[in-house]
Amino acid sequence: MVTAAAEPRVLTGQHFMNGDLACAEGALAAGCTFFAGYPITPSTEIAERLSYRLPDLGCVYVQMEDELASMAAILGASWGGAKTMTATSGPGFTLMMENFGLGVMTETPCVIVDVQRAGPSTGLPTLVSQADVMQAKWGSHGDFEPVAFAPSSPQEMFDLTIAAFNASERLRMPVFVMADELVGHMTERVTIPAAEGLTIANRKRTPCDGATRLHYAPDEDLVPPMPIAGEGHNMHVTGLTHDERGYPAGDALVHDRLVRRLSNKVRLHADELGLTEEIMTDDADVIVVAYGAMARSARCAVALAREQGIKAGLFRPLTLWPFPYDKLRERANRAGHFVVAEMNLGQIAREVERHLRRPATWVTHAGGRMISPEEVLRGVQEAVL
Amino acid sequence: MSGEVIVTEHPMDGLLRADRLPHIWCPGCGLGSIMSCLANAIADSEVPPNKHVIVSGIGCTGRVAGYMKLDSFHTTHGRAIPFAIGLKLSNPELTVTVVSGDGDLFSIGGNHFLHAARRNVDINVVCVNNFNYGMTGGQFGPTTPTGARTTTTPNGNTEPAFNLPYLAASLGAVYVARWTPLHVRQLYRSMLDALHKPGFRLIEVISPCPVGFGKSNEIGEGLDEMRMYRNNCIVKPDADLREIGIDMKRESPIVLGNFLDIERPVFRPSGAEGA
Repeated sequence: MVTAAAEPRVLTGQHFMNGDLACAEGALAAGCTFFAGYPITPSTEIAERLSYRLPDLGCVYVQMEDELASMAAILGASWGGAKTMTATSGPGFTLMMENFGLGVMTETPCVIVDVQRAGPSTGLPTLVSQADVMQAKWGSHGDFEPVAFAPSSPQEMFDLTIAAFNASERLRMPVFVMADELVGHMTERVTIPAAEGLTIANRKRTPCDGATRLHYAPDEDLVPPMPIAGEGHNMHVTGLTHDERGYPAGDALVHDRLVRRLSNKVRLHADELGLTEEIMTDDADVIVVAYGAMARSARCAVALAREQGIKAGLFRPLTLWPFPYDKLRERANRAGHFVVAEMNLGQIAREVERHLRRPATWVTHAGGRMISPEEVLRGVQEAVL
Repeated sequence: MSGEVIVTEHPMDGLLRADRLPHIWCPGCGLGSIMSCLANAIADSEVPPNKHVIVSGIGCTGRVAGYMKLDSFHTTHGRAIPFAIGLKLSNPELTVTVVSGDGDLFSIGGNHFLHAARRNVDINVVCVNNFNYGMTGGQFGPTTPTGARTTTTPNGNTEPAFNLPYLAASLGAVYVARWTPLHVRQLYRSMLDALHKPGFRLIEVISPCPVGFGKSNEIGEGLDEMRMYRNNCIVKPDADLREIGIDMKRESPIVLGNFLDIERPVFRPSGAEGA
């Protein structure tokens, strides 16, 4: 059988592709070597693309029996030394919360992409929403500080998937890409840079020198180096509260110290994680906060408001968690009014109000369609009345 | 006891985390002997210890991983098998053994067992079956014999139980055995064979749980249950697997043996080396 030469890992060049495919290419560019998943609309194209691309690169695509298994498999593979990812949507995201927690507790790098559709339950499988963003924040039991990115375009599906891999490797934890059906299925130009132009982070590895180590003793950045299975470290990895040896410890003091460190390692890096885009916020009286696909409509609404003489601006968090509230607060000194537009019934809106300590105008919709620029504009007009 | 030190080390110290002992298991539990058999099999295997990994789920048996001085993973309830699959596929030179309980592997984790056996994934599974949920204090599960009393079947279990070797064989496992911790030589030998066998392997180890199951079901203490094994166990490798379900009645036979050892293509994801 004659086969074409395999495509390179990084498809440098200009492409016209949808967000799901761009996400898959971002994963490859970031160094992903293992994908486990379960097909679900509207994320399936990510799995399909990687089932075609990964084997040619000598890497693993495995389709598991469900999302519980997919999430468990990417954790196991990460301890085997792979850079791993899974992709899903709401119903699968809920199942993944179980082993997301194990990933947090055991400090296992991996990336989880949620291409959001409208819920609760089966909801609107083929239509957009942004109603999982608080599930990313609170969906697994216990205290934790998640990291989540929200792409607004196919280009950002590529860029932020790389950012998610880099954050997961640097902080040794599962990281979310909170995409949505619109950016997943939207086709636009995607520019993939040369491989050598990409910034790629890899986890700190425990040296293979036979020394006995405290495998959960953190460095100054609060992240411990990671031992890989099969290298003679004899490490123990458990979802139980554990001491710095990795041994179970049924002790309130050890528990508080561990869980606080797991949260603090994210908070310590909040500034470098906190990506935002601002448009015309410098002189804005009213600022629209929007993210993901919704920011595209909000940007248009801001332009319409300016045409009417309303000094409006857009604040777009590319990083939802940890929420870049310091940057938002800086804008609160000048702007008197905030409008939050999102395709859920008010999830980030509450976060914005909490950080600003003042009410915002909510422009919300439970999902199934984009909120139009005109609807956002009405929110802006109402805010400045 | 005079406090005199009789021995300063255990023959299996190289494979046990002595700094974690004593273990948490109850007096009369079979897990210590079973772990010892596994440690001996690993020590005598052709694979160096640093290429062995142990993956456990949740429960009493789930704690085995934490006592073995190997790369060891104590995962979530029911998910040991998919976690192990990730490890094995990402790092094929590892010999991956899942050690977990009947509830973990066949109740909450049942779906994963089913698909791993169907695919013939190259992992070794040791299921310690004590017929109940021991860690939570003795509730019934999918291996609890009909009629058995547990804390959640006060009037006797009305459900039928899984016959694990029959189930595993029907799904496509390539190696299936059943032993008890009374049969340490056979269990060790079976574990050693399984460590060298490519494909999906299941060893069911029937184990006493005097606190969670024995006392409430007229079996008695751990030692009584071991006597019961001595009196009732029949080694019958060519048994009809349909007929080896266990009811744990005093007079009923418990059929043991290395039941199945066949060849079947081992799961390889497309694109992996050698596919």
